Amino acid sequence: MIEVKNVSKSFDGKTILHDVSATFETGKTNLIIGQSGSGKTVLLKSIVGLITPEKGEILFDGRDIMKMNVKETKELRKEIGMLFQGSALFDSETVLGNVMFPLTMFANMTHAEARDRAEFCIERVKLQGANNKYPSEISGGMQKRVAIARAIALNPRYLFCDEPNSGLDPRTSIVIDELLSDITHEYNMTTVINTHDMNSVLGIGENIIFLNKGHREWVGDMQAIYHSANEALNEFVFANDLFQKVKKYVLANEKPHP
Amino acid sequence: MIISDSLATFGQYCVFMSRVFNIPDRWRTFGSRMVAEITKLGIDSIPLVLVISVFIGAVCTIQMQLNITSPLIPSYSTGMATREIILLEFSNSILCLILAGKVGSNIASEIGTMRVTEQIDALDIMGINSANFLVLPKIIAFLLFIPVLVILSIFMALMGGVFISITTGIIPLNLFIYGIQTMFVEWYVWYGLIKSLFFSFIITSVASYYGYYVKGGSLEVGKASTNAVVASSILILLVDVILTKLLLQ
Repeated sequence: MIEVKNVSKSFDGKTILHDVSATFETGKTNLIIGQSGSGKTVLLKSIVGLITPEKGEILFDGRDIMKMNVKETKELRKEIGMLFQGSALFDSETVLGNVMFPLTMFANMTHAEARDRAEFCIERVKLQGANNKYPSEISGGMQKRVAIARAIALNPRYLFCDEPNSGLDPRTSIVIDELLSDITHEYNMTTVINTHDMNSVLGIGENIIFLNKGHREWVGDMQAIYHSANEALNEFVFANDLFQKVKKYVLANEKPHP
Repeated sequence: MIISDSLATFGQYCVFMSRVFNIPDRWRTFGSRMVAEITKLGIDSIPLVLVISVFIGAVCTIQMQLNITSPLIPSYSTGMATREIILLEFSNSILCLILAGKVGSNIASEIGTMRVTEQIDALDIMGINSANFLVLPKIIAFLLFIPVLVILSIFMALMGGVFISITTGIIPLNLFIYGIQTMFVEWYVWYGLIKSLFFSFIITSVASYYGYYVKGGSLEVGKASTNAVVASSILILLVDVILTKLLLQ
């Protein structure tokens, strides 16, 4: 479990995060949603330690990343996998090389063992046959899957995804969402996904944190979102006709609680 | 403003260097990366070094012969003067200025692209010291290989002179060879090699610094690449003056 307590961050005098608190639960797909510029990426990068907040606490199962020394931070980072918006694959490495990279750097494995583990991860994301291809030779969706394979290679406890569906077609987005959800449950990870893709929100959002202008405005799951009275959230999630119709349909067909 | 900006840049460069000069996480990975960098930065520069050295050596020989017209100056001094120019300045300082363009822009654009495509963030997230992982192999590889390039350059520049002597006949070959050997000072070779070590460090570290701190997109990568070449060229000239004063006087 990851707990964020009263985190604030400013850039050039402009406050991006205002006392944000949130809990990201283990074994669930935790989503941070919000409009562009709402502070999602800053929050995510603050949690993983790429940005240092001015105040607040960020606890990884009780361990405060902001109070850790270099060695402790390094150890924690071995428990973290991250999927970047642009995949961030190493151009000079093949698919297999990218997935093997964290294993050769950190795992006490022989080359053959690391290769076996990397091939297992590549198969897990259904990319058999692409081992020897370079990132530039595969599609955006495949690059995302390679990045997921690399992120899970070391069996991380925490998985962070920054806009995993950006630039992907709707079908591939669903494949990536399902993959992230399956992996989260299979390995009992704490997964935090930063997104503004409504299909992801309504499809895999087990714990959703809505940010608006740097404030945490709403917390709930994908069912509760249909009942929310939060105006900013409704405007954001049900911005287009299709999702408004989905909401009406869901509410009309909902079984009354006993 | 300029002074405070320069001091801030220098401070950031020092912090960057303190991150670069750390013990690598994995020596085996470091070794394989260093071999790859020797190939990319050093061996791939050989054709450029050879071509430029031959032509500059040839041009120096022609100009020396044309300008030394006094009957009081012996003909073999053409070879001697050409040799001194090559040993003292061309095959280290001028060569490194040229390499600052090729190697420096290569390094700055490579690391800058890694920065804007979040590959450096990916390394940091994994708990890898990205500055050390990416930059140290480049610095060490180029430091190890620059003497090879300098020696090659000296040899090929003198061969350029020999070629001119044979093909144009502006100076008899035996006099040119005699001039090359006359009053040879071994220290000048060491002087050139010592200077080239300083220059190679400037080229790789300055270019890496500009690439590592790129903010923005591809446009900024291009700017960083240009800034890296400009800054390292100026630093090479500045250090050249200082080293010449220290080592030759």
